[in-house]
Amino acid sequence: MSAAEVVGPRRSRPVRAWFRLLGSELGLVFGRRRNRVGIGVLFGLVVLVGIALKVSAVRHPRSPAGDLMSAVAGNGIFLGFAGLSVEIALFLPLAVSVLAGDAIAGEANQGTLRYLLIAPVARGRLLVMKAVSLIIGGLVGATVVALSGLLTGAVLFGVRPLTTLSGTQMGIGDGLFRLLLAVAYLGAGLGALSMIGLFISTLTEQPIAATVATAMVSTLLWILDAVPQLDWLHPWLLVDRWMSFVDLLRDPVFTDRIVTGLWVDAAYAAVFLLLAWLRFRNKDVTS
Amino acid sequence: MAEPQASEDSPAIGSRALTKRFGRQLVVDAIDLDVPRGAVYGFIGPNGSGKTTTIRMLLGLVRPDGGECSLLGQVMPAAATDVLPRVGALVEGPAFHPYLSGTGNLLRVDAADRRSDPDTASARVAAALDRVGLTIAATKKYRAYSLGMRQRLGIAAALLQPRELLVLDEPTNGLDPQGTREVRHLIADLAADGTTVFVSSHLLAEVEQLCTHLGVMRAGTLVAQGPMGELRALTATRFRMRTRDPQPALAVLANLGVADAVLLDGGVGGSLGEVAPEWIVQAMVRAGITVAEFVQVTPTLEDLFVQLTGEGFDVSG
Repeated sequence: MSAAEVVGPRRSRPVRAWFRLLGSELGLVFGRRRNRVGIGVLFGLVVLVGIALKVSAVRHPRSPAGDLMSAVAGNGIFLGFAGLSVEIALFLPLAVSVLAGDAIAGEANQGTLRYLLIAPVARGRLLVMKAVSLIIGGLVGATVVALSGLLTGAVLFGVRPLTTLSGTQMGIGDGLFRLLLAVAYLGAGLGALSMIGLFISTLTEQPIAATVATAMVSTLLWILDAVPQLDWLHPWLLVDRWMSFVDLLRDPVFTDRIVTGLWVDAAYAAVFLLLAWLRFRNKDVTS
Repeated sequence: MAEPQASEDSPAIGSRALTKRFGRQLVVDAIDLDVPRGAVYGFIGPNGSGKTTTIRMLLGLVRPDGGECSLLGQVMPAAATDVLPRVGALVEGPAFHPYLSGTGNLLRVDAADRRSDPDTASARVAAALDRVGLTIAATKKYRAYSLGMRQRLGIAAALLQPRELLVLDEPTNGLDPQGTREVRHLIADLAADGTTVFVSSHLLAEVEQLCTHLGVMRAGTLVAQGPMGELRALTATRFRMRTRDPQPALAVLANLGVADAVLLDGGVGGSLGEVAPEWIVQAMVRAGITVAEFVQVTPTLEDLFVQLTGEGFDVSG
């Protein structure tokens, strides 16, 4: 290893270099027109839901999501939560799948992967950077949805102190904080899903294939989670506790399922990140 | 295994029994590359002879199935992050993000190298673009680039840092004659500054003008390697003689020991080998044979190439 020192890089600033690469990646992801359109779609869907709730006065069946929908009419803040509950099953996982498909498979497909690797960036470093950028992507998606709900709700229904699902009162600031926690919680779930996507992305050179496969995994998990006969399986499914973010609207907050949910997210993320590493570490880059 | 030494006398590129299989197909078969420092090494061979796979192995993109290789004296791919900052490469054509500009793409490549200095990035990118004549198109999206501009951007990426070694796979692919000339001058300049250049090419005329050393691939094996002069000596110089008495001329040639003398249209021909041209003419005149014309044909690199890799037009593999 003495050889490396002989050549002597200029002052090595690992942290700065790290953020430079991550910044470049985020610039690429959020600068891309398709992804901006995607953010617009995530935002617009919640606006549509808000308008639909405004023009219809239908009572919703009693369920956490139904309660949320009913509550929106009385207080715009609830549209932030309702928006998340609408988009977490399909649209947010789809958005994450698109980003995950691009992560490795997209770069491989374009041939840019080989130029990154000979720039050089170590494979482990590249993979971790891609993972971090995907997690940020999921968080941004959830934030956009919550923000859209909040803004649309404020305009259409107004904002006032909330009545929690337990019937107690809560200030606006507290309500916004709970919304932030919900975004973080779902961001963790989407982050775990994106690690599945990252692994799939190392298997192929076709970004579309990786995206479709990831979206299918997510959809399959939701379907399995909805089959009552498989209730023994449900606790092991990544998405099983995602809807529990509405527990944040109880007083006191009901944390059991949320905490377990975070552990499940972490386990999925760790396993699939490890698999991605094992696959990518020695992969022949022939594209 | 001894510790890798990055001493100056280690070759710029070295390999021992470097081998790669894709499935059951042997793509690169135990090649021993030796590229001395400061050389301009032409790496030639038919399509599918394993050149690009070799280059990918050298750069750590593809893992060898056997043997080993080193860049600048350090073993690849283990030393990739130490060595590659000193190596610029163009591998199988340029590849960039279509919706980023030329500048944006080079900044991205630069950001990937953790040793590159962010403070000088813009200046280095501008200098690299200038060096390949892309300054005017710097802010244009890559997708709007022509084939030649893309190729230039690929070369610019290889020049973002001062390099000790450049690995250029088909650097003039898609360039117009003007661009080809520029790239040739660029390579000559870099080599004059002491950069070792490893260039794979199909354009033999170009390799001939540019290279000091040559390696010839055929169906995954390195069939010849060495200084250009030594390899050129492998192909015998031929001659062509115009005469009105071809039959007696053949007999004279046979007496002189020209083994492969043949009858040509309006004369005879053969390879010179040990026989000096003046001896032949002298012998002809003595035998009363008119010599209308005597031409010595220096073999081109193409003749050598065909001699080493075969006539066929088939893709080997």
